[in-house]
Amino acid sequence: MKAGLTIKILKKGMGPLFVPPNPFKFREIQRNKDRSQRKKITSVSKAITDYVKNGCYIASGGFGTNRIPAALLHEIVRQGKKNLGFAGHTSTHDYQILINGKCLDRVDAAYIVGLEARGLSKSARKAHQEGLIELCEWSNASLAWRLSAGARGIPFFPTYVNIGTDTFNYSAAYIIECPYTKMPVALVPALNPDIALIHVHRADEAGNCEIEGILVADQDLAAASKITIVTCEEVVSTDYFRKNPERTTIPWLCVDAVIHVPYGSYPGNMPGLYFSDEEHLKKWLEMEEDEDLLEKFLFEYIYSTKNFGEYLEKCGGMKRLEELRKQELLE
Amino acid sequence: MADYNRMELMLASASRLLENGSIVIVGTGAPCAAAMLAQKSHAPEMIILFEAGGVGPKLPTMPISVGDSRTFYKGIMATSMDNIMSMLQRGAVDTCFIGGAQIDEYGNINSTIIGDYYKPKVRLPGSGGANDIASLCWNSICMTVHSSKRFVKKLDFLTTPGYLDGPNAREMAGLPPDTGPRYVITDLCIMGFDIKSKRMIVNSIHPGVKKEDIISNTGFDLLWNKDLDITAEPTEMDLKILRNEVDPHRYIIGRVNL
Repeated sequence: MKAGLTIKILKKGMGPLFVPPNPFKFREIQRNKDRSQRKKITSVSKAITDYVKNGCYIASGGFGTNRIPAALLHEIVRQGKKNLGFAGHTSTHDYQILINGKCLDRVDAAYIVGLEARGLSKSARKAHQEGLIELCEWSNASLAWRLSAGARGIPFFPTYVNIGTDTFNYSAAYIIECPYTKMPVALVPALNPDIALIHVHRADEAGNCEIEGILVADQDLAAASKITIVTCEEVVSTDYFRKNPERTTIPWLCVDAVIHVPYGSYPGNMPGLYFSDEEHLKKWLEMEEDEDLLEKFLFEYIYSTKNFGEYLEKCGGMKRLEELRKQELLE
Repeated sequence: MADYNRMELMLASASRLLENGSIVIVGTGAPCAAAMLAQKSHAPEMIILFEAGGVGPKLPTMPISVGDSRTFYKGIMATSMDNIMSMLQRGAVDTCFIGGAQIDEYGNINSTIIGDYYKPKVRLPGSGGANDIASLCWNSICMTVHSSKRFVKKLDFLTTPGYLDGPNAREMAGLPPDTGPRYVITDLCIMGFDIKSKRMIVNSIHPGVKKEDIISNTGFDLLWNKDLDITAEPTEMDLKILRNEVDPHRYIIGRVNL
């Protein structure tokens, strides 16, 4: 390159970059993937056994307590997965589950520890205050745009967020002088997680998915991840999508495993189907106040249950779910 | 004179700052209650956004989460966070609300840690969408409890930008021009930011509050407006809407510690 044509780096965040961008490597992964519309129906336990290896980097879809892949998260805890990296993007109850299972050792943090207005997870706070988890700071937009870059096959996403703050200083972003405007702009690195876990309303056997309501970052998350595991409320035929192709929120191409898990977002909210179980979420937070109580609680609800269906039964089964349906529909 | 508590006064004050026809991004809790009050009184055409993707809902009840079904109930659009944040980044969103554990004299906010970053006394959630919305919206409003623990000279961590370290600092750092915090509403007073120094300035004191109360609950030197006002009380109509329509279960207005 000729002198005078270099781009000026103005600042660099000092946070750790857990998943360095490598778009061409990601292209190779796509190239070598079976991209046919093969059947991908499996079970929760098999999907987690097959795909989630100790040490890999995972991300969970939805928004903390809304349309979350709760069954998959429970299974990760049940199988005792360790040393996972995590994209803490708007994570609340999903984070709480993985922290309770002691599954994580590094986290890209945009929103962690809290459950919005419900309060803070005591065990998550404790884990961080003891320095057990390595962190890199982001914001909801910068982490969403890292996934956008990952989904687009490019190495970074330029943005005006995080600039001027410690959120930037403790991130792994750069600020450069923009070659066009000559003004500072932040570059956030593409994020391509090893595994995405997403819960959707409907999916066919090949993995075409429909999400109702807000999408949060799930289209980008599915496209950016090397492996995407989907649980769905309902399995439909491919004709369902062929009749109205605009229904396809996430295409088969971005999905590697499909599992039918009705109420799979419980105790989270599922738009149009059931509201969040605030009583159960409150109880969970209360259990975290005491380590022995929490151990018993986790044993009862996760470790001793064979599957998510058993957990739902323990939480009140169809009677409770019917109440949550009424709450959701404002009946 | 109507009988009201300080939270009701804060909500009514925040609501008055929201203009009809404007686009406002809110979180759950007090900011959402203030926006709902505005929408049900002087600002029926105001559009409410939620960062998880909800656009223009007719909120039937107060949402519990920024991403729950209420945030797009009878909405104009249910979309992605990318789309919402992009609206903000291209300058289409007028006002946002922020809060946090600490705020300094330039309106910078900490919601990440208390103590040392690597060995924190308290780990808090982090930015969430706060850094984004306060970087990108034209105006930001902070609602918070007034105490010297919160109003500090130096933040433990600067999560969300106010005016950084003073005049022109946002622009120099590279944030979009003409953005920044406009108001801080507490249970004691309403503050703005001095045009020249960008430091926090008290514009009005709530009825019954003494100047000394504000000084003793603030960890830095405040500026005082020469034409210091008494904050307008909530109207009978404000209170009726807040109590009957916005927050019938008193989740927000029933908070005893405020």
